Amino acid sequence: MDFFIPYGNFPRPLVALAGNPNTGKSTIFNALTGLKQHTGNWTGKTVTLAQGSFFYNNIKFCIVDLPGTYSLLANSPEEEVARNFILLQKPDVIVVITDATCLERNLNLVLQVMEITDRIIVCVNLIDEAKKKGIFVDESILSKELGVPVILTAARTGLGLQELKEMIFKVYSGKIKPSPQRINYGKEVEKAIAELIPFIENKFSGTINPRWAALSIISGDYSIKDLEELVKKSENNREESTHGLFKRYNCGENIRKSPVHSTKGSKI
Amino acid sequence: MIDMRVTTLDKLPIGKTGKIVSILHKGLTRRRLLDLGFVPGTLITAYFSSFTGDPVAYRIRGTTIALRREDASKILINIEENL
Amino acid sequence: MEKIYEKAQCIAQKAVRYDKFQEDIDKKIDLLLTSKATGILSMLLLLSVIFWLTLVGANYPSQLLAKILFVIEGYLERFLHQIGLPGVVNDFLVDGMYRTMAWVVSVMLPPLAIFFPLFTFLEELGYLPRIAFNLDYFFKKAGTQGKQALAMSMGFGCNAVGVTCCRIINSPRERMIAILTNSFVPCNGRFPTLMLLAYLFIGGIMPNLGRMLASLAVAGLVVFGILITLLVSKLLSSTFLKGLPSSFILELPPYRVPHIGHIIIRSIYERTLLVLGRAIAVAAPAGGIIWLLANIKFENQNLLANAAALLDPLGRLAGLDGYILLAFIAGSPANEIVLPILLMGYLAQGTMVSPDELTGLKELLESYGWTTLTAINTMLFSLLHFPCATTLWTIKSETGGARWAVFAAVLTTSLAFLVCFLTSSLYRLFSWIIKL
Ligand SMILES: Nc1nc2c(ncn2[C@@H]2O[C@H](COP(=O)(O)OP(=O)(O)OP(=O)(O)O)[C@@H](O)[C@H]2O)c(=O)[nH]1
Ligand SMILES: [Mg+2]
Repeated sequence: MDFFIPYGNFPRPLVALAGNPNTGKSTIFNALTGLKQHTGNWTGKTVTLAQGSFFYNNIKFCIVDLPGTYSLLANSPEEEVARNFILLQKPDVIVVITDATCLERNLNLVLQVMEITDRIIVCVNLIDEAKKKGIFVDESILSKELGVPVILTAARTGLGLQELKEMIFKVYSGKIKPSPQRINYGKEVEKAIAELIPFIENKFSGTINPRWAALSIISGDYSIKDLEELVKKSENNREESTHGLFKRYNCGENIRKSPVHSTKGSKI
Repeated sequence: MIDMRVTTLDKLPIGKTGKIVSILHKGLTRRRLLDLGFVPGTLITAYFSSFTGDPVAYRIRGTTIALRREDASKILINIEENL
Repeated sequence: MEKIYEKAQCIAQKAVRYDKFQEDIDKKIDLLLTSKATGILSMLLLLSVIFWLTLVGANYPSQLLAKILFVIEGYLERFLHQIGLPGVVNDFLVDGMYRTMAWVVSVMLPPLAIFFPLFTFLEELGYLPRIAFNLDYFFKKAGTQGKQALAMSMGFGCNAVGVTCCRIINSPRERMIAILTNSFVPCNGRFPTLMLLAYLFIGGIMPNLGRMLASLAVAGLVVFGILITLLVSKLLSSTFLKGLPSSFILELPPYRVPHIGHIIIRSIYERTLLVLGRAIAVAAPAGGIIWLLANIKFENQNLLANAAALLDPLGRLAGLDGYILLAFIAGSPANEIVLPILLMGYLAQGTMVSPDELTGLKELLESYGWTTLTAINTMLFSLLHFPCATTLWTIKSETGGARWAVFAAVLTTSLAFLVCFLTSSLYRLFSWIIKL
């Protein structure tokens, strides 16, 4: 079946659109790529990955619209799709889309993603709706507190999208280096994390983000066995594809059609 | 005089506000509730109920979340009552 | 991990300023759409009004489209004649392929181009989660949950999409039930057929109120589908898929006023492409095949008639006939071709009525023994029968097993037979009593 995108073969540079459900990820995706992902005002409209591309400064960015997820500890199949993509695909830039009208809750995911990557942009969407409700988000304070770039957008009117593209380019090319303010879990936990990381790196040889793995083991959310399964599942892309997780859009010539390459190949 | 008493969320009358004390749920449900902002210390208002009286929509951290009564009964809250 | 929540709160407090936080309008709308007095009523009213608008609005464009396509047919025929194709090939192309395609386009396109913008409007507004909120109580009684109603709403567009949408349901047991019962919502391939039949046979009872009656009938059918869904869910959750309802946590998003121009352009454009695409990819070849079957003679009867005769006793038992069953079977790749195939079967010489003769359609069906009962049974069968091939395939991939797809097909089809059998038995009983 060459109908599906094999797991390991996304064209680079790869940009992921993550975020809580119903924050306008698909709307932004459509605005950036000109494609027509379905949108809708309810949690869980998108349940599969969609792929598209846009050009900025003559670079073709491959961009993926993920299903909405409340946290990286997924508990439903569509959230799993998002989590696996972020953890195992390691996109070059992750844009976390947030809803300006309930930013507080949205920041949970932002902080979690900040734990695992430096190349993150926070996009505060729906500012038009927030304005209507008398809510104002101060982007410079937010950016300072988080240590990462923040862009305000209203996807439906196209406000801020140009800036978003530019920021994606800057973060990708290293012109801007976000320095996420990580949470200090206290001496003991940090020590435990430091001890676990070499072990995880050894065991999973670079397939999974070690800090995230260590954290989720310590907090008791996942056991080593769970993580093993997670990695195995993503390697076995035949299985993934029969589960219909991928929907392909024209992303141009650089998608290789052969389904057999996976993260296994890049391991060696 | 202000009287504080601890009850469960399902007992919160429509229109009243309480403060979350703790969540007795386990596993995935607990996780999901935390993700949605049901963190101890958070204010929560019973907003309106479905026409059958169950589920009830709650207002929490600027969002509206619907819960069934039996799920709400596993969330402890503080109600402040002005007597 | 709890630390994360603390920090999120802390940062948000610094960076967000609330001025005059007002959410009154939202709450008022919500009270209207979910309260005791108006909750169910507003839902039913909305459903009927949408169907009514669709029926009224689709009428004229449907006729216009049919006329245009009929004129094109004339040109096509002449053209094919001129390039010297033999008569049989000519008939095959025009009567078999072109007419089936034209039929599908003119009957399907206008209603869908009206229904879907309306539906998309509700979806973008944020109404769908309110349906789930309202219906959760009933789904809980059936051992599942309100999010099933969301998946069902998506089923209106396409059951395969509805099945995929079931991923939003966390509990695997409840997800399975939602997947298996999704096809009880009439998808866009069946919906215009239902409307047409309701208009001809049920609206025909009171001609001056015809459209109103027909839209109520379709709304009633949808409600019946929901009841069946609840019933089957209950049945499944107390037999094969035992278990207690899991927790139900649903977010009700704020209403967002949709961009109307955008919706209209997009959903009309998308539906048009979809319907046209399917008409060319599925309806035309299927029409061709059926034409061949209808024109290849075997022991003095064409193949189609042979097959229909075989199915006839079974069909009669359920208040249908052999041709109707055959049309549903032949329509399994795509439900929109059921009616054109049926007509081709009836007109044994294999010539389709052209779609601008809609008014004559009723007489035609009646001359093949159709009564109001036949129409009702056909509608019920269409609502309840096996999911189309695409949906079955999706069930297979979503559940990870072909056996669930087979199970879904068997379950739905036996139910369809059972219900049709019951209605026709009841009808027979009544007419017998009246005769006495
Ligand atoms: N007013 C306004 N509405 C928006 C904006 N962005 C998105 N929307 C609307 O918000 C709703 C949700 O948008 P989606 O793009 O489907 O959200 P999503 O993040 O992809 O949601 P999931 O797929 O469920 O995770 C839709 O009804 C959009 O039309 C915006 O900037 N302003
Ligand atoms: Mg989406």
